[in-house]
Amino acid sequence: MSSPIVKLVAQRIALGILLLLAVSVLIFAGTQILPGDVAQAILGQSATPESLANLREQLGLNQPAYIRYFHWLGGVLTGDLGTAMSSGQDIATSIKDRLWNTLFLAFWAAIVAIPLAITLGLIAVRYRNGWVDKLISGVALASTSFPEFFIGYLLVFYFAVQHQWFPAISTVYEGMSLGERLQAIALPAAALTLVVLAHMMRMTRAAILNVMQSAYVETAELKGLSAFAVIRKHAFPNAIAPIINVVMLNLAYLVVGVVVVEVIFVYPGMGQYLVDHVTKRDVPVVQAVGLIFAAVYISLNIIADIAAIVANPRLRHPK
Amino acid sequence: MTNELDYLSRRVAAGKLSRRDFLGRAAALGVAAPFANSLLSSAARAAGPVKGGTLKAGLVGGESTNSLDPALMMTQVPFAFGKCWGEMIVELSPDGKLENRIAEEIGSSDDAKVWTLKIRDGVEFHNGKTVTAEDVAATLERHSDEKSKSGALGYMKGIDTIKASGKEVVLTLKEANADLPYLLSDYHLIVQPNGGKDKPDAGIGAGPYKVKVNEPGVRHVGERFANYWQGDKMGHADQIEVVVINDATARTAALQGGQVNMINRVEPKIVDLIKRVPGVTIRNHSGPGHYVFIMHCNTAPFDNNDLRMALKLAIDREEMLNKVLRGYGSLGNDFPINASYPLFTEIEQRKYDPDKAKFHYKKSGHDGSVLLRTSDVAFPGAVDAAQLYQQSAAKAGIKLEIKREPGDGYWNEVWNKQPFCASYWGGRSTQDQMYSTAYLSTADWNDTRFKRPDFDKMVLAARAELDEAKRKQMYHDMGVMVRDEGGLILPMFNQFIDATGPKVAGWVDDPHQELSNGYALAKCWLEA
Repeated sequence: MSSPIVKLVAQRIALGILLLLAVSVLIFAGTQILPGDVAQAILGQSATPESLANLREQLGLNQPAYIRYFHWLGGVLTGDLGTAMSSGQDIATSIKDRLWNTLFLAFWAAIVAIPLAITLGLIAVRYRNGWVDKLISGVALASTSFPEFFIGYLLVFYFAVQHQWFPAISTVYEGMSLGERLQAIALPAAALTLVVLAHMMRMTRAAILNVMQSAYVETAELKGLSAFAVIRKHAFPNAIAPIINVVMLNLAYLVVGVVVVEVIFVYPGMGQYLVDHVTKRDVPVVQAVGLIFAAVYISLNIIADIAAIVANPRLRHPK
Repeated sequence: MTNELDYLSRRVAAGKLSRRDFLGRAAALGVAAPFANSLLSSAARAAGPVKGGTLKAGLVGGESTNSLDPALMMTQVPFAFGKCWGEMIVELSPDGKLENRIAEEIGSSDDAKVWTLKIRDGVEFHNGKTVTAEDVAATLERHSDEKSKSGALGYMKGIDTIKASGKEVVLTLKEANADLPYLLSDYHLIVQPNGGKDKPDAGIGAGPYKVKVNEPGVRHVGERFANYWQGDKMGHADQIEVVVINDATARTAALQGGQVNMINRVEPKIVDLIKRVPGVTIRNHSGPGHYVFIMHCNTAPFDNNDLRMALKLAIDREEMLNKVLRGYGSLGNDFPINASYPLFTEIEQRKYDPDKAKFHYKKSGHDGSVLLRTSDVAFPGAVDAAQLYQQSAAKAGIKLEIKREPGDGYWNEVWNKQPFCASYWGGRSTQDQMYSTAYLSTADWNDTRFKRPDFDKMVLAARAELDEAKRKQMYHDMGVMVRDEGGLILPMFNQFIDATGPKVAGWVDDPHQELSNGYALAKCWLEA
């Protein structure tokens, strides 16, 4: 590794951290703009001027906003996300299990979706414009076009109600074996896979097709390599950067965009947790979850950037 | 014929005849399925409960913000799980009477101001302690304290002193209240060791199941409590489990797929489809819950009784009951009481009458349209109901303008704030509670702004009256007053619609709340 690449990577990471800080300011400011404050939300109907004043004092709401922001930020950096207003529980502890569940589901959906999407993309390129290509694209685009709740319900109808191969609800809890867990999440993972498949597949196909126009691919073909070997050895490595980008974007979606799927399959993840607390106007929890989602999104994007840099020989070996 | 049916139903109970065959034979004998089904369940009860197994319920109404503190229970999941791990002082029995639980006897002074609860011997908490009068008194004290934020605080404020001595708890009320035992059946008042003052959300009660797993918003598991004082009547399954399934379609799928044995809140529009699923039984029962359109009596233009009357006459209740609830309910009559309340008396049914509505509308002098706010969350089908209302009112020459409000924030921004909107009430266990919660001038939740000193006096007088006939008459007069002068438009009372899967036996129809007043998990069992 040469020094320019280290510099580039360091720049990306620094930018990411800066971005995350900016997001934290936005999140904090957004929750401050909302009408009413936490004290009012806690006391609700029974709020009297004295009790409001007491509680504000107790929660430190009398301090100026920027001091409260740094206080909150300091807490977040030391792993203290505060306590949930509605239940009085420590947010970090309750989020831990939820986050783990969401990551677990996203991981297994990704394990299935990414190789599947890339393989399908490669096959589509090999048989481009033929019926195989059209079939793959058609099915993948159709499954993406349906709203995810519709796909979810279809899966439930066939695999849970009619055939009872998989459970209709994906409640997971401590003490379940890995096998039981995998069976429980089979349907939501399948629904997520179908949702993210087309984007990655189409992007793979387009990126490789783009490279296929190059002179070196023609050379490879003239050397007499088989079609798959050309794609695998010459086209794919040069098309990897945009593919990694789209894969990372979809990974991020698997983590932060699963709210609907979690609700349909009753899966105890972050999405469900966020929805519950938004309806209760539980600002500290919403702030914490918002920040975690932003962090996941930004770090996956940084990884995508770095991978693209590392994968690009022109960036790796600058003149 | 009846003998034959009895014989057949006993054979089903004994496991010698399948449920389907029974229904087939019953149909051959000319018996309608609902009746045959009810015969079957009484036969199953008579044959005796089967012990063992795991009974699972998939319920709407649980959030990750739920707590095991009975004071904070608000939604269906904590309510139903609470009935499994908690024991009540007194409970409403399915036939509308009072059933003494931890209190063995409840007596009052002649003026209904001093009440004495005698505490039953031999009731044990899950931690091995015996339930004492002190525990009961401490429970009541905690719920009377503002700090507990108890859902029962509204009624508990009426208690002046609480004293435990020996085996008795003596309550002195600020004002006479003949309904006190009914108030003590409030589901928040689960008796806890030392009233839960030490750790309110410890989840230790004296109910048939011990709390084994408590994951708010996900699932709750209870394990049979061996020393439950009424083990022959409740707590048949070895283990009970509540899975939170807030999505209606997922709930139905879970029942069909066999992941759960019972669900709550089946939507009226899909009941007929669910009925056809083999093994699934719909358990519907009318209760005190009702769907309403509410007008603020003190806000123009609704401060005019002629306009209110015109709007009451311009709604087609029958059409709404048939189309929105598909018949799973009963007609409302613009006062919040129906036959599920003790001391109910019939009042003449108000009918859709466009001509009379037109007359009152003219007399009110109001001109232009009337704005009605509605939302999906006001009650299931509230948007459709508002549209039906718009059409029936148009026939009376009244122009209703409908504004659909977002569900998020409806209860903070619209209900109890805007002068005319759709809403619902779950009902209460006595008429006094219902009127005190929403029709007394001073009530926080007086969502029709019905502020009438003469009515307030009637509420207080009826509360203190121990003569049943006189009370009945008083409640009748109050009903008429709300119906003819109030701001309530009550098109229909809804039903609780629960459903059970195959092999669930021992279901008890209970008019008070859904899921057999929350006891379905504790009272039902799985047939072998």
